Amino acid sequence: MIKPKIRRQLPLHLMVAPSFILVLIFSYGPIVGLMIAFQKFSIVKGMFGSPFVGWDNFDYMFKLPEIWQVIRNTVGISIMKIAAGLVVPILVALLLNEVRKQAFKRWIQTMIYLPHFLSWIILGGVLIDILSPTSGIVNQFLGLFGIEPIFFLGNAHWFPVVVVISDVWKEFGFSTIVYLAALAGINPALYEAAVIDGANRWKQTLHITLPGMIPIIILLVTLSLGNVLNAGFDQIFNLYSPVVYESGDIIDTLVYRLGLEQAQYSLATAVGLIKSVVSIVLISGSYYLAYRAANYRIF
Amino acid sequence: MKTLSGRIFNISNTVILILLAFLCLFPLINILAVSLSSSTAASAGEVSLWPVDFTWESYDFVIQKPEFLRSLGISVERVLLGTMLNMILTITLAYPLSKESASFSGRLFYVWFFVLTMLVSGGLIPWYIVIQKLHLLGTIWALILPGAVNVFNAVLLLNFYRGLPREIEEAAFVDGAGHWKILWSIYVPLSMPAIATLILFSMVGHWNSWFDGLILMNSPEKYPLQSYMQTVVINRDLSLVSMADANSLGDISDRTLKSAQIFLAALPIICVYPFLQRFFIKGVVVGSVKE
Repeated sequence: MIKPKIRRQLPLHLMVAPSFILVLIFSYGPIVGLMIAFQKFSIVKGMFGSPFVGWDNFDYMFKLPEIWQVIRNTVGISIMKIAAGLVVPILVALLLNEVRKQAFKRWIQTMIYLPHFLSWIILGGVLIDILSPTSGIVNQFLGLFGIEPIFFLGNAHWFPVVVVISDVWKEFGFSTIVYLAALAGINPALYEAAVIDGANRWKQTLHITLPGMIPIIILLVTLSLGNVLNAGFDQIFNLYSPVVYESGDIIDTLVYRLGLEQAQYSLATAVGLIKSVVSIVLISGSYYLAYRAANYRIF
Repeated sequence: MKTLSGRIFNISNTVILILLAFLCLFPLINILAVSLSSSTAASAGEVSLWPVDFTWESYDFVIQKPEFLRSLGISVERVLLGTMLNMILTITLAYPLSKESASFSGRLFYVWFFVLTMLVSGGLIPWYIVIQKLHLLGTIWALILPGAVNVFNAVLLLNFYRGLPREIEEAAFVDGAGHWKILWSIYVPLSMPAIATLILFSMVGHWNSWFDGLILMNSPEKYPLQSYMQTVVINRDLSLVSMADANSLGDISDRTLKSAQIFLAALPIICVYPFLQRFFIKGVVVGSVKE
C-alpha cells in the first residue's frame, strides 16, 4: 500500500531536490548565519568558534552617532517614493485610458516602460552625466533661465529629491500596467449608462473610473507598507557620496559600509537583522491588511 | 465625443502623453548624442538631442578596450549559464508544487520551505560568508548559484501549470507516462508562452546584476560588465587615469567615453526589449488568474 505511493511520488521529490539543496545552502545558510549578530565574529575563528556576546552589538548599534539619521532618511525616502510612485502612474494610466487610437497608446507604453528594464548602473551613469554642474544638460537648461548651476548629487538638500524623481522616472511607466489592467476590468455598461444620463468624460472618470480603481489602489498601498525600510539600495549606492550622507544614507548602505568596507561583520549583521525583523512584521501586517481589505492572497 | 471640449481634451491629452514619453527617453537620447559628439562639444555642454561634430571615435576606443571586452564576455557567459540553470530549476520546481497535496504528500512542507525564503533572509553579511566558506568567491558560480532558484518565478509558472487542462495529464498517465515524461512532453510545450517570458526576465536580470559581481569577484578582471561599469562610470576611479592620455589620442574625452559605455551596456536590453514587451503584457498577468 505504502510502497507504490512512494514510487509514484519519487520523481516529484527528485524534481524538488536540486532547488531544495540550493535554497537550503544559499537562503537557509545565511539565516543560520544570523547568529553572528550575537557574536564577536572573526573570520579566522569562524561562525562556530567565535565567542557569543549577547546583545552587545545591538547596544553598540543604537549608540552609533548616525543611526537615527539613517533610519529617518530610510523611512522618509521610501514614503516619498511610495506616494509619488502611486500618484504618477494612476494619473498616467487615466490619461492612457482616454486614448482611443490603440497604436498610439502602444507606442507611448513602449517608450515609458523602457527605463524599468535598465539597471541603476546605466541610469545612475546617465543621471550623473545629465546632472553634472559643469556640462550636464539639466544645468545647461536651467542656465537659460539665469539659474546658477546646481550640484544636484552633491547637495544634501537636493539629493533626496533627485532620488525620488529618478525612481519615478524608472518605474512610473511599468507601474501603469497594473492600473491599466484594473481599468480594462471596469464594466463598459457603466459608461454606457453614464453617457445616457448625460455624463461627460470628466464626470465618467470621477464617478466610474476612479471608484473602479479604489480596490487596486488600496491593495497596492497596503502591500507597499512592507517596503518602508527598503529605500532602494541599488539606486542610492550608485548616486550617493559622503557629502550627502546626512540626507541620503540609508540602512542598507550603512550595512554595506559597516560590513564590507570596515569588516565589522557582527555589527552590520545586527543592523541587518533589526531591519529584517521590522520588515517581516510590516510585511505580515500589510498582507493581513490586504487580505482583510481587498481579499488578496498570494496563492 | 465630437464636442469642442472633447476635442480639446483629446488634443491636449495626446500632447501631454507625447511630452511625457519624450521626457522619459530624453536623458537616454542625450547620452547617445554625447557619445557620438567630439570631446570639445561635449565638455562645452553644447550637445542636447543631436551629436555635435559627429564622430565614432569613442566607440572605436571602447570596443578595443580589453577590460570592456573581457567583462562583456563574462556577462555573456553569466547570462547564458545563469538563465539556463534558472529555467531548468524553475520548470522542475513548479511541476511538483503544482500538484494537489493528495497526490504529492510533501507538497505543503516544500511550499512553506520555499515561500519562507521570500520573507526571511539572512542579510548581506551572512550571505557573503556562506559564499566565501564554499570557496565560490571569484568564480562564475558565485554569480549563478546563489540566485539560481527564483521562488517568485516558480510560483508564476506553478499557477500557469494549474491552468492547463487536467484531462491531458490524466490521459498521458493512463497511457503509461511517468511524471518526467508528462512534464517534458506536455507541460513544457504547453507553457511555452509563460516560459519564454520567464527566460527573457531571467536574462535581463542576469545582465543587469552588478552588486554580486562587485563584492564576490575579488578582482576587477573577473567583473561582469555592469560591475565593471560601476567602477568606471559611477565610482569615477582607477582605470580612468589612463583616460587622461586617451585625450591626446583624438576626439574623445572622459565624458564621451563614459556615455559610449553606458549606451553599449544598455544596447542588449534595448534590442531584446521589443520581444520582452510583446511577452510581458501577457506574462505579467500569467499566473495571476486563480480558479
